[in-house]
Amino acid sequence: MHLDHDHLHDGPSAVSADAYRPDGRRRALRIGLGGPVGSGKTATVAALCRALRDELALAVVTNDIYTREDAEFLLREAVLPPERITAVETGACPHTAIRDDISANLEAVEDLEDEVGPLDLVLVESGGDNLTATFSKGLVDAQIFVIDVAGGDDIPRKGGPGVTTADLLVVNKTDLAPYVGSDLGRMAADAKAQRAELPVVFQSLRSEAGVTDVAAWVRERLAAWTA
Amino acid sequence: MSRATLLVLADGRFPAGGHAHSGGAEAAVKAGLIRGAEGLEAFCRGRLHTVGLVSAALAAAAALGVDPVALDAAADARTPSLALRGASRKLGRQLMRAARATWPSGELDVLAREFPKGAHQPVVLGVTARAAGLGPEDAAYCSVYESVSGPAGATVRLLSLDPFDATGVVARLAPEMDRVVRSAVEAGREAVGGGVDVLPAASGPLLEIGAEVHAAWAVRLFAS
Repeated sequence: MHLDHDHLHDGPSAVSADAYRPDGRRRALRIGLGGPVGSGKTATVAALCRALRDELALAVVTNDIYTREDAEFLLREAVLPPERITAVETGACPHTAIRDDISANLEAVEDLEDEVGPLDLVLVESGGDNLTATFSKGLVDAQIFVIDVAGGDDIPRKGGPGVTTADLLVVNKTDLAPYVGSDLGRMAADAKAQRAELPVVFQSLRSEAGVTDVAAWVRERLAAWTA
Repeated sequence: MSRATLLVLADGRFPAGGHAHSGGAEAAVKAGLIRGAEGLEAFCRGRLHTVGLVSAALAAAAALGVDPVALDAAADARTPSLALRGASRKLGRQLMRAARATWPSGELDVLAREFPKGAHQPVVLGVTARAAGLGPEDAAYCSVYESVSGPAGATVRLLSLDPFDATGVVARLAPEMDRVVRSAVEAGREAVGGGVDVLPAASGPLLEIGAEVHAAWAVRLFAS
């Protein structure tokens, strides 16, 4: 569907979302993970890496706001070899780097494909941000918005571009719901009202199921991408 | 030249990666050299007449068609700090992407092939100006303007400086920016026949030192 070699970009850097790399190979699927600070984006990325690394060639780009903590967490957890994890510095503005001016992230993705590719999947994790943060379609093919039950069970009702439009909404830390007084049924109903048919996953990475549902969704996206 | 095209290229929202860089302001704030609007103005003035002039002359020369490979080497020679050379190439690569998408051109393609990891930003800026149908003066204006608007915008975030004060600083420097542009374009024209060695080589040692110190920090808001 994207195949139009007349418009392939000549030279080392493709532009934005071109589905094909300069060498003519189809590039990796790119999935963005965004959401508020502390909702479990990095933990979800780590769990996805563990779940998928034996079946897929994958790499991760982190967007730390003012440190390298997220990249260092992933390195410490040894979810992937270090050469498959790149940190982008975002100049105090995480949403700018994933939405308005995506050049640094595009470079990070392309460099990973050049250096450790061919890759099937690149996960791009945003720095923790607010409910309006979304990824540019020029950077990622699909996006996951991660919120958690402890951030308040009214977040799905409040909506905003992340909750409303993300390709997958993940409500994380469901194991904490009884302790923080969050009503999971209400969150599910509000999310349904905001998102209509778009999928929602409730997960606890501490439970046995862990990241299973999200990993299954990623596999579906990948199957559609390579079809 | 089209004035509207110049505004597109000069716009701080042009997606070429500048938002993640402070132009040395973060290091200067930490060192106590910028504490408010007055310090910001002194910092920007110093930057304008040193790295600002050099960058603008490189950009003007590139816009006039001087060999970009020679200009890139000239930029290297005028940038002692490894961290700053890295930042300049990174920004050059990001500008290259935005430029090729916005004003496709054979010259940009050739330069991208020559420097897959990025040529120096002022050189890419000059070639971009050519691709956009702009002239050496336009390229130099973009360069000097971003040499002061970058640190001013970053300082608003770093110090919670009143944004009106920061904009006032930039506006007060406008007549000096005009003068620096004239010198830069003159130098660029001389480089057409005289080679890149005639280009200015002014340097701000504290900017170079600050960039090296900044690059070693574990916690920072800006990439440079």
